[in-house]
Amino acid sequence: MKPVFVRPQSLTDKPFHFCPGCHHGVIHRLVAEAIDRFGVRERTIAAASVGCSVFLYDYFDIDVVESPHGRAPAVATGIKRTNPDKFVFIYQGDGDLAAIGTAEIIHAANRGENLTVVFVNNTVYGMTGGQMAPTTLLGQPTTTSPYGREFGQDGYPIKMTEMLAQLEGVGFAARVAVDTPARLAQARKAVFRAFETQLEEKGMGFVEILSSCPTNWGMKPLEAVRRIEREMIPYFPLGVYKERKGSDAL
Amino acid sequence: MRRVLEGSHAVSHAVELARVKVISAYPITPQTHIVERLAELVADGVLDARFIRVESEHSAMAAVIGAASAGARSFTASSSHGLALMHEMLHWAAGARLPIVMAEVNRAMGPGWNIWADQTDSLSQRDTGWMQLYCEDVQEVLDTILIAYKLAERVSLPAMVVLDAFFLSHTYEPVEVPDQDEVDAFLPAWEPTEILDPSDPRAFNQLASPEYYMEFRYKIQQAMEEALRAHDEIDAEFGQRFGRSYGAVRRIPCREGERAPLALVTTGSVTGTARVAQATLREKGTDVDVVKLKLFRPFPHEEVRRVLGPYERVVVLDRNISFGSGGIFAGEIRAALAGLDRRPRVYPFVAGLGGRDITPQTIESIVARALGDEPPADILWEGLKL
Ligand SMILES: Cc1ncc(C[n+]2csc(CCOP(=O)(O)OP(=O)(O)O)c2C)c(N)n1
Repeated sequence: MKPVFVRPQSLTDKPFHFCPGCHHGVIHRLVAEAIDRFGVRERTIAAASVGCSVFLYDYFDIDVVESPHGRAPAVATGIKRTNPDKFVFIYQGDGDLAAIGTAEIIHAANRGENLTVVFVNNTVYGMTGGQMAPTTLLGQPTTTSPYGREFGQDGYPIKMTEMLAQLEGVGFAARVAVDTPARLAQARKAVFRAFETQLEEKGMGFVEILSSCPTNWGMKPLEAVRRIEREMIPYFPLGVYKERKGSDAL
Repeated sequence: MRRVLEGSHAVSHAVELARVKVISAYPITPQTHIVERLAELVADGVLDARFIRVESEHSAMAAVIGAASAGARSFTASSSHGLALMHEMLHWAAGARLPIVMAEVNRAMGPGWNIWADQTDSLSQRDTGWMQLYCEDVQEVLDTILIAYKLAERVSLPAMVVLDAFFLSHTYEPVEVPDQDEVDAFLPAWEPTEILDPSDPRAFNQLASPEYYMEFRYKIQQAMEEALRAHDEIDAEFGQRFGRSYGAVRRIPCREGERAPLALVTTGSVTGTARVAQATLREKGTDVDVVKLKLFRPFPHEEVRRVLGPYERVVVLDRNISFGSGGIFAGEIRAALAGLDRRPRVYPFVAGLGGRDITPQTIESIVARALGDEPPADILWEGLKL
């Protein structure tokens, strides 16, 4: 019988611990597909972050080093500079990348570190119980902003992809979502491009993936998926924000 | 009013009763419930304060340093890696002599990642100039926040109120919540003398050359010594007003008016477990006095010598470790006792790291080892699985 759907080789067979409707699992799969597609499994090292993706090492059949909260870009820099022939990616949530680790990601990008970054934006600190993040949408209630985010207090949600796309060191920057099959296909393409950027030594390849968090949003999985289109995409527009072409090496 | 409160919420309500004006924090398990409840109290207008959501613990501490420098009674809470990230700012808050109070939930340091109880996080901050008060139960947590503000403002030093991860932070207990007017009488508004005030401009935290630096440090040490006296005074006043006081070091004798052959020194919620073990051991014919250490900075050297000096044997139970040395409380206690002509033999036990249970049986086993033929050592491990 011809298989129509298989688990990527780079994933282990351990079942995900994620909540029903959470997108981390789908995003893990996309990253594993990219590792398989470029045949880099035997030379891939991931620097994982602290957040709901903290168990990355259980699910990927590769070397994974856990980094302290927010420090994955700096840790990955050390790994890549030591082993330029290895493929190095980091996987961070929005608390990790856009709050406590803002300095690390900006400076790794600005130095043009040849790294692939998977940035999962679910608009809350998921693992710690849904507190307000810098990406939380205006009006969105969280456990530390019970009546919703107010710009007078907390400013506007931070747009990391737009910010990083400004930096010369970034070779590819895109924002995608995985809430529909069509967008999933685009997301896969973007993750692949972020991988190629590193393989072609064109600087940082950065993909922001809008993700659901039904548990901390207080929604059923289906409602949470709908929220991505209804509320998140209008504020966080999807698309490729930067793409360094063929010969214009870094 | 008597209420059933989670340890974390006892902190939040004490902060409310203290009429704190500025709160800044970054979430970390198991501190989150403290700040979530405070965020609600502020959002609901119950607590008239600013709640500043920042991007890291380093910034949270910096923000309350700013707020306190501007004259506001300020609060933050953290744990483990969050506290470690604040480290630079902790020195700053103490050096700037700001009476900030922080709730610190004792949690293990990684790697390996571990969210459970372990005191190494707070004890690693012992040289920052922060006072440190360890709590046994939820009532003591609530009371100690109020005591800490009064103490901090009296001696112009920051104070850390320490509670164990989960055993205290996530445990519900019946708690006597004092009335606001009684708290106001005990803890009036902070009246700082040196604050940022454009009508009277001054420079804060400026360069201190070798000519001046040492005297600044001397003054911090003096303030710490003053804090020893002030703590006992404030604790006694709290007792008069509210009927509860704790002491810096408290002896819990097995038999009133008698001295057991062995004293067991405990801190944090383990003291509660030790009380249970003490009763069981007594039934089994072994008398053990429990000595609860609450104040770690300033360290009550004199009191420790007075209370522990007369014992034949002293067991110190440390849920922490200074690698290359041993249990941290034991180290400090041994140093304090070193000045005595006749010293008890100290048994420095390390147990329960990373939240491993310390049960009454653990304590019984430790006591049996100390009363048996355990040879003297600089570190003794209990419950190690090798
Ligand atoms: C220094 C430090 N501060 C705080 C924490 C607590 N912490 C763990 S994960 C996390 C936020 C995770 O949120 P995010 O990065 O958005 O990932 P998600 O869980 O939503 O996938 C926080 C604040 C920590 N581990 N270390």
